[in-house]
Amino acid sequence: MRPSKELLAKSVFLCCAIASAAIILAILGFMVALGIPLFRESTFSAIWSGPWAPHRGAYGIWAMISGTFWIAFLAAMICLPLSLGMSFVISSLAGRRVRKLLGALVRFMTGIPTVIYGFIGIFLLVPLIREGLGGPGICVLTASIMLAILISPTMILFFTDSLLAVNAAYVQAAKALGANRVQRLLYVMVPRALGGMASGFILALGRALGDTLIALMLAGNAIRPPQGFLEPARTLTAHIALVKAADFDSMEFRSIFACGIALYLFTILATIAVRMMARERVAVS
Amino acid sequence: MLTHGFRIGIVLVISLFVSKPCLGGAIDVFDGQKGTIKIAGGTAHIPVMKEAAKRIMTRNKDIVITVAGGGSGVGIKQVGEGLVDIGNSGRKAKPEEVEKYGLKMFKWAVDGVGVVVNPANPVKSLTKDQLKRIYAGEIDNWSKIGGVDHGITIYTRDEASGTRAVFWGRALGKGEITTSALFVPSNGAMKTAVANDPHAIGYVSVGHIDETVAPVALDGVTPTLDTVKSGQYSISRGLYSNTKGDPTGLTKLFIEYLLSTEGQQIAAEKGFIPVK
Repeated sequence: MRPSKELLAKSVFLCCAIASAAIILAILGFMVALGIPLFRESTFSAIWSGPWAPHRGAYGIWAMISGTFWIAFLAAMICLPLSLGMSFVISSLAGRRVRKLLGALVRFMTGIPTVIYGFIGIFLLVPLIREGLGGPGICVLTASIMLAILISPTMILFFTDSLLAVNAAYVQAAKALGANRVQRLLYVMVPRALGGMASGFILALGRALGDTLIALMLAGNAIRPPQGFLEPARTLTAHIALVKAADFDSMEFRSIFACGIALYLFTILATIAVRMMARERVAVS
Repeated sequence: MLTHGFRIGIVLVISLFVSKPCLGGAIDVFDGQKGTIKIAGGTAHIPVMKEAAKRIMTRNKDIVITVAGGGSGVGIKQVGEGLVDIGNSGRKAKPEEVEKYGLKMFKWAVDGVGVVVNPANPVKSLTKDQLKRIYAGEIDNWSKIGGVDHGITIYTRDEASGTRAVFWGRALGKGEITTSALFVPSNGAMKTAVANDPHAIGYVSVGHIDETVAPVALDGVTPTLDTVKSGQYSISRGLYSNTKGDPTGLTKLFIEYLLSTEGQQIAAEKGFIPVK
Protein backbone atom coordinates (compact mmCIF):
# COMPACT_ATOMS: atom_id res chain seq x y z
CA MET A 1 0.00 0.00 0.00
CA ARG A 2 1.17 3.51 -0.80
CA PRO A 3 2.10 5.64 2.22
CA SER A 4 -0.63 8.20 1.50
CA LYS A 5 -3.29 5.51 1.43
CA GLU A 6 -1.90 4.01 4.56
CA LEU A 7 -2.02 7.35 6.27
CA LEU A 8 -5.63 7.82 5.21
CA ALA A 9 -6.65 4.41 6.52
CA LYS A 10 -4.77 5.06 9.73
CA SER A 11 -6.51 8.35 10.38
CA VAL A 12 -9.95 6.97 9.53
CA PHE A 13 -9.55 4.12 11.97
CA LEU A 14 -8.12 6.45 14.58
CA CYS A 15 -11.21 8.62 14.24
CA CYS A 16 -13.44 5.56 14.75
CA ALA A 17 -11.50 4.60 17.86
CA ILE A 18 -11.64 8.11 19.26
CA ALA A 19 -15.35 8.37 18.49
CA SER A 20 -16.26 5.14 20.26
CA ALA A 21 -14.17 6.10 23.28
CA ALA A 22 -15.69 9.58 23.28
CA ILE A 23 -19.22 8.17 23.18
CA ILE A 24 -18.59 6.13 26.30
CA LEU A 25 -17.27 9.16 28.14
CA ALA A 26 -20.03 11.37 26.74
CA ILE A 27 -22.66 9.01 28.12
CA LEU A 28 -21.19 9.34 31.60
CA GLY A 29 -21.01 13.11 31.24
CA PHE A 30 -24.57 13.22 29.96
CA MET A 31 -25.86 11.21 32.90
CA VAL A 32 -24.04 13.35 35.43
CA ALA A 33 -25.17 16.59 33.77
CA LEU A 34 -28.82 15.53 33.64
CA GLY A 35 -28.66 14.15 37.17
CA ILE A 36 -27.31 17.39 38.63
CA PRO A 37 -30.76 18.83 39.58
CA LEU A 38 -31.42 15.72 41.65
CA PHE A 39 -28.07 15.91 43.41
CA ARG A 40 -28.73 19.57 44.09
CA GLU A 41 -32.20 18.86 45.48
CA SER A 42 -31.16 16.19 47.93
CA THR A 43 -27.93 14.99 49.43
CA PHE A 44 -25.78 12.27 47.93
CA SER A 45 -26.39 9.96 50.88
CA ALA A 46 -30.18 10.41 50.64
CA ILE A 47 -30.05 9.28 47.02
CA TRP A 48 -27.62 6.48 47.65
CA SER A 49 -29.18 5.04 50.81
CA GLY A 50 -32.59 6.67 51.41
CA PRO A 51 -36.04 5.22 50.68
CA TRP A 52 -37.92 5.59 47.36
CA ALA A 53 -41.12 7.55 47.99
CA PRO A 54 -41.60 10.11 45.19
CA HIS A 55 -44.83 11.53 46.62
CA ARG A 56 -42.91 12.45 49.77
CA GLY A 57 -39.96 13.86 47.86
CA ALA A 58 -37.61 10.96 48.66
CA TYR A 59 -35.71 9.52 45.70
CA GLY A 60 -33.35 7.00 47.30
CA ILE A 61 -32.19 4.15 45.10
CA TRP A 62 -30.70 1.92 47.79
CA ALA A 63 -33.56 -0.60 47.48
CA MET A 64 -32.73 -0.94 43.77
CA ILE A 65 -28.97 -1.24 44.31
CA SER A 66 -29.56 -3.88 46.94
CA GLY A 67 -32.05 -5.71 44.70
CA THR A 68 -29.59 -5.64 41.79
CA PHE A 69 -26.82 -7.20 43.86
CA TRP A 70 -29.03 -9.84 45.44
CA ILE A 71 -30.39 -11.01 42.10
CA ALA A 72 -27.15 -10.77 40.11
CA PHE A 73 -24.92 -12.48 42.68
CA LEU A 74 -27.42 -15.23 43.39
CA ALA A 75 -27.75 -15.80 39.64
CA ALA A 76 -23.97 -16.02 39.25
CA MET A 77 -23.76 -18.44 42.18
CA ILE A 78 -26.45 -20.68 40.73
CA CYS A 79 -24.83 -20.48 37.32
CA LEU A 80 -21.29 -21.27 38.47
CA PRO A 81 -21.65 -24.99 39.34
CA LEU A 82 -23.83 -25.59 36.26
CA SER A 83 -21.31 -23.94 33.99
CA LEU A 84 -18.35 -25.69 35.59
CA GLY A 85 -19.98 -29.07 35.02
CA MET A 86 -20.99 -28.23 31.48
CA SER A 87 -17.59 -26.87 30.51
CA PHE A 88 -15.80 -29.90 32.01
CA VAL A 89 -18.01 -32.19 29.96
CA ILE A 90 -17.59 -30.17 26.76
CA SER A 91 -13.85 -29.63 27.12
CA SER A 92 -12.67 -33.06 28.11
CA LEU A 93 -14.96 -35.57 29.77
CA ALA A 94 -17.43 -36.39 26.99
CA GLY A 95 -16.90 -38.18 23.70
CA ARG A 96 -16.42 -36.20 20.50
CA ARG A 97 -20.08 -36.43 19.41
CA VAL A 98 -21.56 -35.40 22.73
CA ARG A 99 -19.06 -32.54 22.93
CA LYS A 100 -20.08 -31.22 19.54
CA LEU A 101 -23.75 -31.55 20.34
CA LEU A 102 -23.49 -29.79 23.71
CA GLY A 103 -21.27 -27.09 22.23
CA ALA A 104 -23.84 -26.40 19.54
CA LEU A 105 -26.59 -26.34 22.16
CA VAL A 106 -24.78 -23.75 24.27
CA ARG A 107 -24.09 -21.60 21.23
CA PHE A 108 -27.77 -21.88 20.32
CA MET A 109 -28.71 -20.75 23.85
CA THR A 110 -26.94 -17.43 23.33
CA GLY A 111 -29.51 -16.60 20.66
CA ILE A 112 -32.66 -17.18 22.73
CA PRO A 113 -34.36 -13.83 23.41
CA THR A 114 -34.58 -12.80 27.05
CA VAL A 115 -38.33 -12.39 26.91
CA ILE A 116 -38.74 -16.12 26.26
CA TYR A 117 -36.96 -16.90 29.52
CA GLY A 118 -39.11 -14.35 31.31
CA PHE A 119 -42.27 -15.79 29.86
CA ILE A 120 -41.35 -19.36 30.76
CA GLY A 121 -40.41 -18.16 34.23
CA ILE A 122 -43.83 -16.63 34.79
CA PHE A 123 -45.80 -19.66 33.72
CA LEU A 124 -43.58 -22.51 34.95
CA LEU A 125 -41.20 -21.35 37.63
CA VAL A 126 -43.34 -18.83 39.53
CA PRO A 127 -46.14 -21.28 40.46
CA LEU A 128 -43.52 -23.91 41.31
CA ILE A 129 -41.68 -21.62 43.72
CA ARG A 130 -44.93 -20.31 45.20
CA GLU A 131 -46.31 -23.79 45.88
CA GLY A 132 -43.00 -25.34 46.87
CA LEU A 133 -41.29 -22.66 48.92
CA GLY A 134 -44.04 -20.16 49.77
CA GLY A 135 -44.14 -16.40 49.33
CA PRO A 136 -45.56 -14.69 46.28
CA GLY A 137 -43.50 -16.78 43.86
CA ILE A 138 -42.40 -13.64 42.07
CA CYS A 139 -39.18 -13.07 43.97
CA VAL A 140 -35.40 -12.81 44.02
CA LEU A 141 -34.91 -16.58 43.73
CA THR A 142 -37.18 -16.97 40.69
CA ALA A 143 -35.48 -14.13 38.84
CA SER A 144 -32.05 -15.44 39.78
CA ILE A 145 -32.75 -18.95 38.51
CA MET A 146 -33.93 -17.69 35.13
CA LEU A 147 -31.08 -15.19 35.00
CA ALA A 148 -28.63 -18.01 35.78
CA ILE A 149 -29.87 -19.86 32.71
CA LEU A 150 -29.64 -16.69 30.65
CA ILE A 151 -26.01 -15.99 31.57
CA SER A 152 -24.87 -19.61 31.54
CA PRO A 153 -23.77 -19.62 27.86
CA THR A 154 -21.40 -16.73 28.59
CA MET A 155 -19.85 -18.60 31.48
CA ILE A 156 -19.77 -21.98 29.75
CA LEU A 157 -18.17 -20.64 26.57
CA PHE A 158 -15.53 -18.75 28.52
CA PHE A 159 -14.79 -21.72 30.77
CA THR A 160 -14.60 -24.12 27.83
CA ASP A 161 -12.38 -21.84 25.78
CA SER A 162 -9.94 -21.28 28.62
CA LEU A 163 -9.78 -24.99 29.38
CA LEU A 164 -9.12 -25.83 25.75
CA ALA A 165 -6.52 -23.07 25.48
CA VAL A 166 -4.28 -24.85 27.99
CA ASN A 167 -1.04 -25.85 26.26
CA ALA A 168 -1.51 -29.35 24.84
CA ALA A 169 2.06 -30.27 25.84
CA TYR A 170 1.12 -30.10 29.53
CA VAL A 171 -1.88 -32.32 29.00
CA GLN A 172 0.15 -34.82 26.96
CA ALA A 173 2.81 -34.88 29.64
CA ALA A 174 0.24 -35.64 32.32
CA LYS A 175 -1.20 -38.34 30.09
CA ALA A 176 2.26 -39.87 29.70
CA LEU A 177 2.58 -39.95 33.48
CA GLY A 178 -0.57 -42.06 33.63
CA ALA A 179 -3.09 -39.38 34.64
CA ASN A 180 -6.63 -40.25 33.59
CA ARG A 181 -9.11 -37.79 32.04
CA VAL A 182 -10.46 -36.46 35.33
CA GLN A 183 -6.99 -36.08 36.82
CA ARG A 184 -5.74 -34.25 33.73
CA LEU A 185 -8.74 -31.94 33.94
CA LEU A 186 -8.58 -31.18 37.65
CA TYR A 187 -4.82 -31.04 38.19
CA VAL A 188 -3.51 -29.73 34.88
CA MET A 189 -6.20 -27.92 32.89
CA VAL A 190 -8.22 -26.19 35.61
CA PRO A 191 -5.28 -24.61 37.46
CA ARG A 192 -3.86 -23.28 34.17
CA ALA A 193 -7.28 -21.98 33.03
CA LEU A 194 -8.27 -20.32 36.30
CA GLY A 195 -7.57 -16.75 35.15
CA GLY A 196 -9.67 -17.05 32.02
CA MET A 197 -12.42 -18.76 33.95
CA ALA A 198 -12.48 -15.97 36.50
CA SER A 199 -12.92 -13.35 33.78
CA GLY A 200 -15.73 -15.45 32.30
CA PHE A 201 -17.40 -15.45 35.70
CA ILE A 202 -17.14 -11.69 36.03
CA LEU A 203 -18.39 -11.05 32.50
CA ALA A 204 -21.41 -13.25 33.17
CA LEU A 205 -21.96 -11.40 36.43
CA GLY A 206 -21.86 -8.14 34.50
CA ARG A 207 -24.48 -9.48 32.15
CA ALA A 208 -26.64 -10.40 35.13
CA LEU A 209 -26.21 -6.90 36.59
CA GLY A 210 -27.28 -5.31 33.33
CA ASP A 211 -30.24 -7.49 32.40
CA THR A 212 -33.60 -5.74 32.59
CA LEU A 213 -36.40 -7.92 31.40
CA ILE A 214 -35.97 -11.00 33.60
CA ALA A 215 -36.01 -8.97 36.80
CA LEU A 216 -38.83 -6.76 35.51
CA MET A 217 -40.98 -9.79 34.78
CA LEU A 218 -40.00 -12.14 37.60
CA ALA A 219 -38.64 -10.22 40.59
CA GLY A 220 -41.80 -8.29 41.48
CA ASN A 221 -40.24 -4.79 41.46
CA ALA A 222 -41.12 -3.98 45.07
CA ILE A 223 -39.38 -0.85 46.31
CA ARG A 224 -37.88 -2.35 49.44
CA PRO A 225 -34.46 -3.96 49.90
CA PRO A 226 -35.09 -7.74 49.91
CA GLN A 227 -34.67 -9.49 53.25
CA GLY A 228 -34.58 -13.00 51.83
CA PHE A 229 -34.56 -15.09 48.65
CA LEU A 230 -38.33 -15.38 48.59
CA GLU A 231 -39.02 -11.65 48.74
CA PRO A 232 -39.67 -9.40 45.77
CA ALA A 233 -37.03 -6.91 44.71
CA ARG A 234 -36.44 -4.25 42.09
CA THR A 235 -33.23 -3.92 40.12
CA LEU A 236 -31.71 -0.66 38.91
CA THR A 237 -32.45 -1.60 35.32
CA ALA A 238 -36.08 -2.51 36.03
CA HIS A 239 -36.39 0.74 37.96
CA ILE A 240 -35.25 2.71 34.94
CA ALA A 241 -37.76 0.84 32.78
CA LEU A 242 -40.58 1.58 35.20
CA VAL A 243 -39.79 5.22 35.94
CA LYS A 244 -38.84 6.37 32.44
CA ALA A 245 -42.44 7.39 31.83
CA ALA A 246 -42.43 10.04 34.54
CA ASP A 247 -42.40 13.67 33.51
CA PHE A 248 -39.06 14.77 32.00
CA ASP A 249 -38.60 17.60 34.47
CA SER A 250 -39.63 15.67 37.56
CA MET A 251 -37.11 14.50 40.13
CA GLU A 252 -38.38 10.97 39.64
CA PHE A 253 -37.16 11.07 36.09
CA ARG A 254 -33.84 12.58 37.19
CA SER A 255 -33.31 9.66 39.53
CA ILE A 256 -32.94 7.49 36.43
CA PHE A 257 -29.57 9.13 35.91
CA ALA A 258 -28.48 8.28 39.43
CA CYS A 259 -29.37 4.66 38.62
CA GLY A 260 -27.49 4.93 35.36
CA ILE A 261 -24.39 6.25 37.08
CA ALA A 262 -24.53 3.45 39.65
CA LEU A 263 -24.83 0.82 36.91
CA TYR A 264 -22.04 2.47 34.94
CA LEU A 265 -19.73 2.34 37.96
CA PHE A 266 -20.50 -1.33 38.64
CA THR A 267 -19.77 -2.21 35.03
CA ILE A 268 -16.50 -0.29 35.10
CA LEU A 269 -15.48 -2.07 38.30
CA ALA A 270 -16.24 -5.44 36.71
CA THR A 271 -14.26 -4.51 33.61
CA ILE A 272 -11.28 -3.39 35.67
CA ALA A 273 -11.40 -6.66 37.58
CA VAL A 274 -11.36 -8.63 34.31
CA ARG A 275 -8.46 -6.53 33.05
CA MET A 276 -6.42 -7.09 36.17
CA MET A 277 -7.00 -10.83 35.99
CA ALA A 278 -6.04 -10.95 32.35
CA ARG A 279 -2.80 -9.12 33.14
CA GLU A 280 -2.04 -11.53 35.94
CA ARG A 281 -2.69 -14.42 33.59
CA VAL A 282 -0.23 -13.03 31.07
CA ALA A 283 2.32 -12.60 33.84
CA VAL A 284 1.90 -16.21 34.99
CA SER A 285 2.19 -17.92 31.64
CA MET B 1 -72.61 -33.51 -7.57
CA LEU B 2 -70.41 -30.67 -6.46
CA THR B 3 -66.98 -31.39 -5.17
CA HIS B 4 -66.11 -30.30 -1.67
CA GLY B 5 -63.67 -27.65 -2.81
CA PHE B 6 -66.15 -26.22 -5.28
CA ARG B 7 -68.79 -25.93 -2.60
CA ILE B 8 -66.38 -24.07 -0.31
CA GLY B 9 -65.60 -21.79 -3.22
CA ILE B 10 -69.25 -20.96 -3.71
CA VAL B 11 -69.70 -20.24 -0.02
CA LEU B 12 -66.68 -17.94 -0.11
CA VAL B 13 -67.95 -16.05 -3.14
CA ILE B 14 -71.40 -15.64 -1.61
CA SER B 15 -70.00 -14.53 1.73
CA LEU B 16 -67.88 -11.95 -0.07
CA PHE B 17 -70.99 -10.42 -1.58
CA VAL B 18 -72.99 -10.72 1.60
CA SER B 19 -70.38 -9.38 3.98
CA LYS B 20 -69.22 -6.47 1.86
CA PRO B 21 -72.16 -4.19 2.68
CA CYS B 22 -71.79 -5.00 6.39
CA LEU B 23 -68.30 -3.52 6.33
CA GLY B 24 -69.67 -0.24 5.02
CA GLY B 25 -70.24 2.74 7.23
CA ALA B 26 -67.64 4.78 9.02
CA ILE B 27 -64.76 2.56 7.99
CA ASP B 28 -65.04 3.34 4.26
CA VAL B 29 -63.46 6.77 4.83
CA PHE B 30 -60.18 4.85 4.97
CA ASP B 31 -60.59 3.70 1.36
CA GLY B 32 -57.86 5.04 -0.87
CA GLN B 33 -55.82 6.23 2.10
CA LYS B 34 -52.23 5.24 2.62
CA GLY B 35 -49.76 5.57 5.46
CA THR B 36 -49.07 4.63 9.06
CA ILE B 37 -50.51 5.53 12.43
CA LYS B 38 -48.38 4.98 15.51
CA ILE B 39 -50.25 4.55 18.77
CA ALA B 40 -48.78 4.12 22.27
CA GLY B 41 -49.61 4.67 25.91
CA GLY B 42 -52.52 3.53 28.09
CA THR B 43 -52.72 -0.22 28.41
CA ALA B 44 -56.47 -0.26 29.15
CA HIS B 45 -57.04 1.07 25.62
CA ILE B 46 -55.14 -1.71 23.87
CA PRO B 47 -58.01 -4.17 23.15
CA VAL B 48 -60.05 -1.43 21.46
CA MET B 49 -57.05 -0.02 19.56
CA LYS B 50 -56.13 -3.49 18.31
CA GLU B 51 -59.65 -4.30 17.14
CA ALA B 52 -60.00 -0.93 15.38
CA ALA B 53 -56.56 -1.34 13.81
CA LYS B 54 -57.40 -4.87 12.68
CA ARG B 55 -60.62 -3.79 11.01
CA ILE B 56 -59.00 -0.85 9.26
CA MET B 57 -55.96 -2.80 8.11
CA THR B 58 -58.10 -5.70 6.91
CA ARG B 59 -60.10 -3.32 4.78
CA ASN B 60 -57.15 -1.31 3.49
CA LYS B 61 -53.79 -3.05 3.13
CA ASP B 62 -52.02 0.26 2.52
CA ILE B 63 -52.58 1.45 6.06
CA VAL B 64 -50.30 0.24 8.84
CA ILE B 65 -51.31 0.87 12.43
CA THR B 66 -49.00 -0.04 15.29
CA VAL B 67 -50.25 -0.28 18.86
CA ALA B 68 -47.88 -0.20 21.83
CA GLY B 69 -48.41 0.06 25.59
CA GLY B 70 -46.26 1.78 28.16
CA GLY B 71 -48.86 3.45 30.33
CA SER B 72 -50.66 6.79 30.26
CA GLY B 73 -47.55 8.76 31.18
CA VAL B 74 -45.67 7.22 28.27
CA GLY B 75 -48.56 7.93 25.90
CA ILE B 76 -48.71 11.61 26.79
CA LYS B 77 -44.95 11.99 26.70
CA GLN B 78 -44.45 10.19 23.41
CA VAL B 79 -47.21 12.02 21.56
CA GLY B 80 -45.97 15.30 23.04
CA GLU B 81 -42.45 14.60 21.83
CA GLY B 82 -43.79 13.66 18.41
CA LEU B 83 -42.69 10.01 18.64
CA VAL B 84 -46.19 8.67 18.03
CA ASP B 85 -49.30 10.02 16.33
CA ILE B 86 -51.74 9.12 19.06
CA GLY B 87 -50.87 8.89 22.76
CA ASN B 88 -53.49 7.16 24.86
CA SER B 89 -54.12 7.96 28.49
CA GLY B 90 -56.47 6.58 31.09
CA ARG B 91 -56.53 9.96 32.80
CA LYS B 92 -56.95 13.53 31.68
CA ALA B 93 -53.65 15.05 30.66
CA LYS B 94 -52.47 17.46 33.36
CA PRO B 95 -52.88 21.18 32.55
CA GLU B 96 -49.10 21.61 32.39
CA GLU B 97 -48.83 18.68 29.98
CA VAL B 98 -51.55 20.13 27.76
CA GLU B 99 -49.85 23.50 27.78
CA LYS B 100 -46.32 22.18 27.27
CA TYR B 101 -47.18 19.95 24.32
CA GLY B 102 -50.32 21.59 22.95
CA LEU B 103 -52.27 18.37 23.42
CA LYS B 104 -55.79 17.79 22.15
CA MET B 105 -57.74 15.22 24.16
CA PHE B 106 -60.44 12.98 22.72
CA LYS B 107 -62.48 11.02 25.24
CA TRP B 108 -64.10 8.02 23.57
CA ALA B 109 -65.12 5.83 26.48
CA VAL B 110 -65.61 5.65 30.22
CA ASP B 111 -63.95 2.90 32.19
CA GLY B 112 -64.03 1.80 35.82
CA VAL B 113 -61.08 0.63 37.85
CA GLY B 114 -62.03 -2.47 39.80
CA VAL B 115 -60.30 -4.38 42.58
CA VAL B 116 -59.71 -8.00 41.58
CA VAL B 117 -58.66 -11.18 43.33
CA ASN B 118 -58.06 -14.74 42.20
CA PRO B 119 -61.35 -16.56 41.50
CA ALA B 120 -60.40 -19.17 44.12
CA ASN B 121 -60.32 -16.49 46.83
CA PRO B 122 -63.49 -16.54 49.01
CA VAL B 123 -63.13 -12.81 49.79
CA LYS B 124 -65.32 -11.06 47.22
CA SER B 125 -66.31 -7.96 49.14
CA LEU B 126 -64.34 -5.30 51.00
CA THR B 127 -64.97 -1.90 52.50
CA LYS B 128 -62.92 1.04 51.26
CA ASP B 129 -61.32 1.22 54.68
CA GLN B 130 -60.26 -2.43 54.52
CA LEU B 131 -58.85 -1.88 51.04
CA LYS B 132 -56.85 1.12 52.27
CA ARG B 133 -55.45 -0.89 55.16
CA ILE B 134 -54.56 -3.81 52.88
CA TYR B 135 -52.65 -1.52 50.53
CA ALA B 136 -51.00 0.25 53.47
CA GLY B 137 -49.76 -3.14 54.68
CA GLU B 138 -51.75 -3.05 57.94
CA ILE B 139 -53.95 -6.00 57.00
CA ASP B 140 -51.45 -8.56 55.76
CA ASN B 141 -53.34 -11.84 56.03
CA TRP B 142 -56.49 -12.97 54.22
CA SER B 143 -57.79 -14.61 57.42
CA LYS B 144 -58.27 -11.15 58.97
CA ILE B 145 -60.92 -10.35 56.38
CA GLY B 146 -62.65 -13.71 56.09
CA GLY B 147 -60.26 -15.57 53.80
CA VAL B 148 -57.76 -18.39 54.19
CA ASP B 149 -54.81 -18.10 56.57
CA HIS B 150 -52.23 -16.86 54.09
CA GLY B 151 -50.32 -13.65 53.48
CA ILE B 152 -51.79 -11.16 51.01
CA THR B 153 -49.75 -10.52 47.88
CA ILE B 154 -50.39 -6.92 46.87
CA TYR B 155 -49.98 -5.95 43.24
CA THR B 156 -49.77 -2.39 42.03
CA ARG B 157 -48.78 -0.47 38.91
CA ASP B 158 -45.94 1.92 38.17
CA GLU B 159 -46.19 5.70 38.28
CA ALA B 160 -46.86 5.95 34.55
CA SER B 161 -50.16 4.16 34.93
CA GLY B 162 -53.39 6.10 34.61
CA THR B 163 -55.17 3.15 36.18
CA ARG B 164 -52.94 3.56 39.21
CA ALA B 165 -53.54 7.30 39.37
CA VAL B 166 -57.31 6.80 39.41
CA PHE B 167 -57.16 3.90 41.87
CA TRP B 168 -54.80 5.72 44.21
CA GLY B 169 -56.87 8.91 44.20
CA ARG B 170 -60.39 7.50 44.28
CA ALA B 171 -60.11 4.12 46.03
CA LEU B 172 -57.18 4.65 48.39
CA GLY B 173 -57.79 8.36 48.99
CA LYS B 174 -54.09 8.96 48.11
CA GLY B 175 -53.18 6.66 50.99
CA GLU B 176 -49.86 4.94 51.44
CA ILE B 177 -48.99 1.86 49.35
CA THR B 178 -46.73 -0.57 51.19
CA THR B 179 -43.19 -0.94 49.89
CA SER B 180 -43.61 -4.71 49.71
CA ALA B 181 -46.22 -4.33 46.93
CA LEU B 182 -45.30 -6.00 43.64
CA PHE B 183 -45.23 -3.87 40.49
CA VAL B 184 -46.56 -4.98 37.11
CA PRO B 185 -46.26 -2.87 33.97
CA SER B 186 -49.73 -3.17 32.33
CA ASN B 187 -53.40 -4.02 32.81
CA GLY B 188 -52.77 -7.30 30.98
CA ALA B 189 -49.83 -8.17 33.22
CA MET B 190 -51.93 -7.37 36.28
CA LYS B 191 -54.66 -9.74 35.12
CA THR B 192 -52.16 -12.51 34.44
CA ALA B 193 -50.47 -12.00 37.81
CA VAL B 194 -53.74 -12.09 39.78
CA ALA B 195 -55.11 -14.99 37.72
CA ASN B 196 -52.02 -17.06 38.54
CA ASP B 197 -51.63 -16.18 42.20
CA PRO B 198 -54.36 -17.50 44.56
CA HIS B 199 -53.42 -14.99 47.26
CA ALA B 200 -53.17 -11.89 45.12
CA ILE B 201 -55.07 -8.62 45.18
CA GLY B 202 -54.78 -6.05 42.41
CA TYR B 203 -56.76 -3.59 40.35
CA VAL B 204 -57.53 -3.45 36.64
CA SER B 205 -59.60 -1.57 34.15
CA VAL B 206 -63.18 -2.92 34.36
CA GLY B 207 -63.01 -3.61 30.62
CA HIS B 208 -60.26 -6.14 31.34
CA ILE B 209 -62.17 -8.13 33.96
CA ASP B 210 -63.09 -11.60 32.69
CA GLU B 211 -63.51 -15.06 34.17
CA THR B 212 -59.79 -15.43 34.99
CA VAL B 213 -60.06 -12.88 37.78
CA ALA B 214 -62.86 -12.12 40.25
CA PRO B 215 -64.09 -8.55 40.84
CA VAL B 216 -64.35 -7.45 44.46
CA ALA B 217 -67.35 -5.42 45.61
CA LEU B 218 -66.26 -2.18 47.23
CA ASP B 219 -68.61 -0.91 49.95
CA GLY B 220 -71.18 -3.32 48.53
CA VAL B 221 -70.93 -2.27 44.87
CA THR B 222 -69.42 -4.74 42.40
CA PRO B 223 -67.48 -3.09 39.59
CA THR B 224 -69.35 -4.02 36.40
CA LEU B 225 -70.25 -2.25 33.21
CA ASP B 226 -73.69 -1.43 34.60
CA THR B 227 -72.62 -0.07 37.98
CA VAL B 228 -69.93 2.08 36.37
CA LYS B 229 -72.44 3.34 33.81
CA SER B 230 -75.04 4.24 36.42
CA GLY B 231 -72.44 5.99 38.53
CA GLN B 232 -73.11 3.67 41.45
CA TYR B 233 -69.51 2.47 41.26
CA SER B 234 -67.54 5.65 41.61
CA ILE B 235 -63.96 4.68 40.74
CA SER B 236 -64.05 5.51 37.05
CA ARG B 237 -62.23 7.61 34.49
CA GLY B 238 -62.39 8.58 30.86
CA LEU B 239 -60.30 6.84 28.25
CA TYR B 240 -58.54 9.43 26.12
CA SER B 241 -56.68 9.44 22.86
CA ASN B 242 -54.45 12.48 22.65
CA THR B 243 -52.83 14.20 19.70
CA LYS B 244 -50.29 16.99 19.48
CA GLY B 245 -52.33 19.88 18.14
CA ASP B 246 -55.39 19.20 16.04
CA PRO B 247 -55.24 15.77 14.40
CA THR B 248 -54.78 15.67 10.64
CA GLY B 249 -54.93 13.09 7.86
CA LEU B 250 -55.09 9.45 8.89
CA THR B 251 -54.83 10.28 12.58
CA LYS B 252 -57.92 12.44 12.31
CA LEU B 253 -59.79 9.67 10.49
CA PHE B 254 -58.77 7.17 13.16
CA ILE B 255 -60.07 9.33 15.99
CA GLU B 256 -63.29 9.99 14.11
CA TYR B 257 -63.58 6.25 13.64
CA LEU B 258 -63.25 5.68 17.41
CA LEU B 259 -66.11 8.12 17.92
CA SER B 260 -68.25 6.70 15.09
CA THR B 261 -71.06 4.22 15.68
CA GLU B 262 -68.78 1.34 14.75
CA GLY B 263 -65.90 2.58 16.92
CA GLN B 264 -68.20 3.06 19.87
CA GLN B 265 -69.56 -0.42 19.29
CA ILE B 266 -66.02 -1.83 19.51
CA ALA B 267 -65.52 0.03 22.80
CA ALA B 268 -68.74 -1.48 24.17
CA GLU B 269 -67.78 -4.97 22.98
CA LYS B 270 -64.45 -4.70 24.80
CA GLY B 271 -66.18 -3.83 28.06
CA PHE B 272 -66.09 -0.05 28.13
CA ILE B 273 -68.89 2.50 28.25
CA PRO B 274 -69.23 4.43 24.99
CA VAL B 275 -69.51 8.19 25.27
CA LYS B 276 -72.04 8.54 22.46
